[in-house]
Amino acid sequence: KKTSLNIVNIQQTTTQLALGGPVCPVQNWMQFPSGYGSHPPNYSAPSGHYSQVPNKAAASHLDNQYRASYYPTYYSSPAQNVMTPSVGTSVLNTQESQQLYNKTPHTVGSAEGPVQGAISSASYLHTSAQQSYSAFGNHYSTSVSSSVASQGFPLNSDHYAMPVVSSAVYPNVSYPPAAPGSVYGQAFTSQSLPVVGQVKETNKFSSQSTSVPHSLQQHVPVGYNTTLSTTSSAQSVQDNLCSNLTRSVAKVNNQINTGGIDSSQPVHSESQSVSFTKPGAGTSASSAVISSVRTPAPSLSSQPRSSPSVPQSPELALQEGMQFGGYVNNQASSAPAPLSSSSDDEEEDEEDEEAAIDSSSTTSSASPVLNNYDALEGGGYPETRSVTSSPVPAPSVPQTSKASKPFGYGYPTLQPGYQNAAAPTPVQPSNPGHHPGLQHYPQQYPGVNQLTSSIGGLSLQHSQQPESLRPVNLTQDRNILPVSSVPAPVPNLNSDLRKLNCSPDSFRCTLTNIPQTQALLNKAKLPLGLLLHPFRDLTQLPVITTSTIVRCRSCRTYINPFVSFIDQRRWKCNLCYRVNDVPEEFMYNPLTRSYGEPHKRPEVQNSTVELIASSDYMLRPPQPAVYLFVLDVSHNAVEAGYLTIVCQSLLENLDKLPGDSRTRIGFITFDSTVQFYNLQEGLSQPQMLIVSDIDDIFLPTPDSLLVNLHESKELIKDLLNALPNMFTNTRETHSALGPALQAAFKLMSPTGGRISVFQTQLPSLGAGLLHSREDPNQRSSTKVVQHLGPATDFYKKLALDCSGQQTAVDLFLLSSQYSDLASLACVSKYSAGCIYYYPSFHHSHNPAQAEKLQKDLKRYLTRKIGFEAVMRIRCTKGLSIHTFHGNFFVRSTDLLSLANVNPDAGFAVQMSIEESLTDTSLVCFQTALLYTSSKGERRIRVHTLCLPVVSSLADVYAGADVQAVVCLLANMAVDRSVSSSLADARDALVNAVVDSLAAYMSTASNLQQSMLIAPNSLKLFPLYILALLKQKAFRTGTSTRLDDRVYAMCQMKSQPLVHLMKMIHPNLYRIDKLIDESTIHVNDRVVPQPPLQKLSAEKLTREGAFLMDCGSIFYIWIGKNCDNNFIKDVLGYPNYASVPQTMTQLPEVDALSSERTRSFVSWLRDSRTLSPVLQVIKDENPAKTEFFQHLIEDRTEAAFSYYEFLLNIQQQVCK
Amino acid sequence: MGSLNAEHQLFQQNPVTWSWEQVYLCSSRILEIIAFDELKTDYKNPIDQCNTLNPTVEKVKKIKRVKIALKLVLPEYLIHAFFCVMFLCAAEWLTLGLNMPLLAYHIWRYMSRPVMSGPGLYDPTTIMNADILAYCQKEGWCKLAFYLLSFFYYLYGMIYVLVSS
Repeated sequence: KKTSLNIVNIQQTTTQLALGGPVCPVQNWMQFPSGYGSHPPNYSAPSGHYSQVPNKAAASHLDNQYRASYYPTYYSSPAQNVMTPSVGTSVLNTQESQQLYNKTPHTVGSAEGPVQGAISSASYLHTSAQQSYSAFGNHYSTSVSSSVASQGFPLNSDHYAMPVVSSAVYPNVSYPPAAPGSVYGQAFTSQSLPVVGQVKETNKFSSQSTSVPHSLQQHVPVGYNTTLSTTSSAQSVQDNLCSNLTRSVAKVNNQINTGGIDSSQPVHSESQSVSFTKPGAGTSASSAVISSVRTPAPSLSSQPRSSPSVPQSPELALQEGMQFGGYVNNQASSAPAPLSSSSDDEEEDEEDEEAAIDSSSTTSSASPVLNNYDALEGGGYPETRSVTSSPVPAPSVPQTSKASKPFGYGYPTLQPGYQNAAAPTPVQPSNPGHHPGLQHYPQQYPGVNQLTSSIGGLSLQHSQQPESLRPVNLTQDRNILPVSSVPAPVPNLNSDLRKLNCSPDSFRCTLTNIPQTQALLNKAKLPLGLLLHPFRDLTQLPVITTSTIVRCRSCRTYINPFVSFIDQRRWKCNLCYRVNDVPEEFMYNPLTRSYGEPHKRPEVQNSTVELIASSDYMLRPPQPAVYLFVLDVSHNAVEAGYLTIVCQSLLENLDKLPGDSRTRIGFITFDSTVQFYNLQEGLSQPQMLIVSDIDDIFLPTPDSLLVNLHESKELIKDLLNALPNMFTNTRETHSALGPALQAAFKLMSPTGGRISVFQTQLPSLGAGLLHSREDPNQRSSTKVVQHLGPATDFYKKLALDCSGQQTAVDLFLLSSQYSDLASLACVSKYSAGCIYYYPSFHHSHNPAQAEKLQKDLKRYLTRKIGFEAVMRIRCTKGLSIHTFHGNFFVRSTDLLSLANVNPDAGFAVQMSIEESLTDTSLVCFQTALLYTSSKGERRIRVHTLCLPVVSSLADVYAGADVQAVVCLLANMAVDRSVSSSLADARDALVNAVVDSLAAYMSTASNLQQSMLIAPNSLKLFPLYILALLKQKAFRTGTSTRLDDRVYAMCQMKSQPLVHLMKMIHPNLYRIDKLIDESTIHVNDRVVPQPPLQKLSAEKLTREGAFLMDCGSIFYIWIGKNCDNNFIKDVLGYPNYASVPQTMTQLPEVDALSSERTRSFVSWLRDSRTLSPVLQVIKDENPAKTEFFQHLIEDRTEAAFSYYEFLLNIQQQVCK
Repeated sequence: MGSLNAEHQLFQQNPVTWSWEQVYLCSSRILEIIAFDELKTDYKNPIDQCNTLNPTVEKVKKIKRVKIALKLVLPEYLIHAFFCVMFLCAAEWLTLGLNMPLLAYHIWRYMSRPVMSGPGLYDPTTIMNADILAYCQKEGWCKLAFYLLSFFYYLYGMIYVLVSS
């Protein structure tokens, strides 16, 4: 029977071939889209194929329908892809990964070349086939293209077939006996092609260096899965087979290299696997083998059954080919997500090598969240990486669970979809035999039992100590910094859940293994909490319009991938365990146009989704975007010259302000009086209205101060042009900020919106006036730092009033003297605004700050914004929220009121365990952010994170996420230093390290007590805490202005984790030898990847040049004896002496080193939203101290060096 | 017995006020406890909450001083202080000694309240912090217990004095 099946498969593939025609895929594509997009029935043609790769087919089908009928989607710039000449794989990869998906790497991988075609088709569809949804654009179009590509849709099949290289090469090289040549080659092609591509990639890279850094993965996340899949298939086959395979692959690879690199686009496109290369650049194949050897069992057990094509036939070649095909199919089928065929997510930047290798075993069941994150809405900063759970599987997955998974879990999944969606195919009859119904039943509705059992098996195996628990002797091991950025630990979940899990970029927990009881948590001495970045710019995001938003009836949890379906009609909430009915509408899956598959709805397939909310979610009609600018025009402000920059930026970005036709804008200026501007349409010029009664402020003409941006654009432009010069001769030195804010509040209260306040000095008049509290002599005091709290509650109350009227106040403080930020910041803190501080700002004396203001403003004005938002965080019963950190007003125990929400806002939440979690093996956290988009739509963005529960202390340590821990501690320390004292907060930070390390060392009894040992997961903990103690916010003994300190504290509370970590522990790179470094390819550019250096002066050599990435600023430090060529090429000056003191830009010099440096710098810049300012530093530069203060491993007069700090800790631990 | 005499005197001097005030103390505590409980279980918005617990500036302006006394926290402190003064006048050292710790606590509590322009103790922005909320609740229960016990103690004293005289 099996043989016959095999044959069938082959035949199918051949059919495909015939259909598609192996040549010139693009053309085919072009023809296809019309029929394909508009009439799903057309699919029937490839139906044969469906049967073969049922899941995939289903997925594609889904996608189509999705796109066409269901989802309004945003299409994220298909143009690029289409346009992209097939330059190099890597280039393609990166682009794709950035823009389109992180989807299934596999798909993507395969899609790449084809993507051109696919995408074009998709886009084409958009325009033509999408009728009513045109407004929204398609999110899913991407998925369509990718899935289609991978699926071996007729269209694809072209592409696949196209891989002439592979088919041709493959049989020849590796499997000479390939008598069934064409057929087999065919089969192989479709699946294994990626491998080829990948290998090719590998070669490319191998030349560079073995240690392709993680960043590689980030950018070229795709296709590694494919590799893996092949690998795994190889695994499943006998070892020898797999070795054959790899060899063959390698050969293919070679061939391609030599001859056919550019020969086929498809190849390019297919090769995504760069990420895979990482482990050992040239040896991806070998690594694959290794992995297979490592974990052969699971796949073995699962394989035979799930893959219809397990080779039983004598013909080796055929066998192999079949194996491949079968396996891939299998894979596809096993992927639970209908939208995504099996693929890992690209995200990989964080993943570590071992895990990646190991993952091969699990890939089979892996299907990641399909992320179509919308780039459009994102307004600008598409994230380089995609958001998805990282695919790293647990190396120690027990075999039982594993075995059951691909089989019971994954494979069956696809069945229903495929049966429903795909037209009956010749193969179908045979399939049932292989996949009995009972198999797919559990899969479809994985009961809690199942989940728990499979997960229970996953708990860390003690026989094999996980990497994260490896003891590290801190005092001896000096090189603890990773080569590139520190990865986020991956929850120890089964691979299905892992794939579905929320991206660590948006949602991170300090302990990825949740302790079972509060007692255990207390024993671990680590804080439990969440780090959130909920409104992050995402490049792809599934946006779902549905009439009924399905939520748990008792706890109101949104339905999410971690709920369990008891049967078709009922689902069990994963937070409160209530059993709910599945509403009628939810039964219908618009993707498959099938009924009775609630588990395949996108809500259940993605842990990050955005729902378009109905009117039930509105208390009032969605507000328009309203922006009010409150500008200080006192003498001080005019002197500083910020008005020009602000007005200029506004003028430039006036059209890019997020909003719709209702957008309104207004201006208020103030010195000792408050000036309003009447911009009513019809006036010949803006009219200034001065209100001098600041004790009882009123609005002179309430109706015409906030005007429609589009109707009064000319007047607004006039005003912006005139404003900088209007106050040039002012002699008014007072500042009536309080009254101006009151006026702004009155103006905004009918609608709500955003107030942007620009202030340059201490408010000195009217309500809310402040007095200088800073004693400059105390700046470097080691004892008491006072006045970290507000001096008055005026600003806090104002903020609360604003918050009640859905108005946020954003504060830009540009001052040269003390301005009591501690008091002023309250106005933003409690109204969910943001705070920017530019110490000693002057437009000409301090060009770096001016440039920074300019860049920040550009981002600020154009970034996405959500109005009248609330965010609720729910968690599994037993857990409760302890404290929130960030800028917001807490309205009830789990509800944050956010008048505005911006994509750069991060939040932290401390959690506590109220009831023992013994009866559950998983806990989930769900963040729901309900907001009004700038287009007046009410939307809900839901993130769901799922984590395992553990009962042993060792497991808790194994799952510790050191970065999240440090960020949460920083937040807590800020609170502590305000409520108690700075010294207290510092002690608490040190104690956090001491306690947790002591607790760890007491659990590991076999360790020598005289040494300072940390688990590998926490090896950076002391370093980060030391960095925190030397950070502006918490340092003592070093002269720190009070405002700087308070600003640093505000940042700690409101920055998302990624940015915060850079603030705490900057990254140092050596950049004078970038040419020798390994590189990755991003958007046509070659980006070198220098290793991270320790933050210590010992690393700074006079011969070198170093770049320090502090998040908001880049320092480039140049050693005295730095190579003149570097100075000449990169900096554009003949020698060291001639480099100017204030240099903020790298010139464009036509030299390789210059190009590399610039591409490296811009790559670093791209990864964050606020584009940092660059500062070149020489030894005699005054900014040098700033730079050296960041070298936190060194001793300063007031603080320990890292080594001393360790000794100090050791002393305390041993006490 | 001295204290009981004092109770008697107190009672003789101002029986209505005395019992009313003691009841007020208890009931205000109960209300406060309920308020915090409501907060914790999410029925109320903390801004509303803190407005019932502290008079805001506008209310202070509008409403007379007498009315402030009806607000919960401050009057409670004042009444308790008043008791202490009365005990002092009556030279009831034992009872005064029992009440001194609470008086000291009240003074400390009010001195260390969050920065705010009006009278009041609770800051709506921090009250949702689990630690603070739990603390307030615990404080409420402890004080309620204390007031109840002292209520019965005073009652006992009063009756004893009545009977023995």
